Amino acid sequence: MKDVKVLGPGCKRCETTAQMVRDEAARLGIAVQVEKVTDYAEIAGYGIASTPGIVIDGKVVHAGGLPKTEDLAKWLA
Amino acid sequence: MSVLGHPGEKALSPALWLAGVAGFVAAWFLLYGELAPFAEWAVGHLPLTKGSHAREAVTFFLYDTPKVLMLLTLVVFGMGVIRSFFSPERTRALLAGKAEGAGNVAAAVLGIFTPFCSCSAVPLFVGFVSAGVPLGVTFSFLIAAPMINEVALGLLFALLGWKVALTYLGFGLSVAILSGWVIGHLKLEGWLEDWVRNVRAGSADFEPERLTIIDRIRAGIEAVKEIVGKVWLWIIAGIAAGAFIHGYVPADLLASIMGKDAWWSVPAAVILGVPMYSNAAGIIPVVEALLGKGAALGTVLAFMMSVIALSLPEMIILRKVLSVKLIAVFVGIVALGILAVGFLFNLLFT
Repeated sequence: MKDVKVLGPGCKRCETTAQMVRDEAARLGIAVQVEKVTDYAEIAGYGIASTPGIVIDGKVVHAGGLPKTEDLAKWLA
Repeated sequence: MSVLGHPGEKALSPALWLAGVAGFVAAWFLLYGELAPFAEWAVGHLPLTKGSHAREAVTFFLYDTPKVLMLLTLVVFGMGVIRSFFSPERTRALLAGKAEGAGNVAAAVLGIFTPFCSCSAVPLFVGFVSAGVPLGVTFSFLIAAPMINEVALGLLFALLGWKVALTYLGFGLSVAILSGWVIGHLKLEGWLEDWVRNVRAGSADFEPERLTIIDRIRAGIEAVKEIVGKVWLWIIAGIAAGAFIHGYVPADLLASIMGKDAWWSVPAAVILGVPMYSNAAGIIPVVEALLGKGAALGTVLAFMMSVIALSLPEMIILRKVLSVKLIAVFVGIVALGILAVGFLFNLLFT
């Protein structure tokens, strides 16, 4: 089970990003638990300055803008 | 974007992508040259008397709409590609620990190129301040980022010429640098919301995705879809307002209330502009029409800057990190800066 956190205050892009993670995980058959982090202090704690950000198993892999699907596949693998 | 991520597209080589871009730009220039004859031709088919106000307004609208939309597409695409070389995280690393002064200048300049959206303003603010970027330097960035953007500069350049665009750039930078510098010297760190001061930023040591030339072209296309998709309606509304001014508002009326001789017009423009909220794309066609009718450049640019740079939605977002007092100081200083710029412009351009 991969633990995925999507960091963002809840704007449309953050929603889209969370959905992209779920879709890509489902396509690859990887079990994920997606959690949305909307608290600004917690977001800043991960050291990113732009949202949405993606944290997989505690490691920041992406910050700012929508991720690319091929990158998602790489991070989730 | 799922539509862009198909594995089949990988077969296209970078050379093909570049050729595609070159073909697009060539077609753009061919089409652009035909816009004025097209507007004349189209208006000729309408039951409007030659020389009438209505005909003038409609011609302006039919010519300006495709012109502005095409220019915007080209500029946003180019800037989307350039911005793929910058990120807020990289900018923050460049600014962290910079002294006031040089830091303000660097922040304002980076504000032009760093991708920024208002929904990201708070994470960016907290991320900057907690990583050791001085408060005043952070403000220089936050003022420059929305005010001096590709849409504003590109459209000013295209519609009003490089002199106006460059002066706008110069004065926009001055307002951002000076306002940030003043805020930095007022030592207002204590006016931040408490939790902001307690945030300890982790350092994001993730490897940024490697971008190929194809990714950068795609970034440009995405920017066009997103920005042009969002602002086209504003632009059409702006051009319609501009067309009305162009066709119906008499020149001497505007010259008397917005001309150089009316000193009070600059503060009036700023006060009028603060509660108004539009983006550069919507306001510039109006700016063009106002200038064409004899309004003074400083007055019009002050109006434009206050509409773009100071907006209520942004204040509400920033309220999460700044106390009301700090927001008031921020608005006050930026408004004063814009005022100074407006007066200076009217003095310089006669």
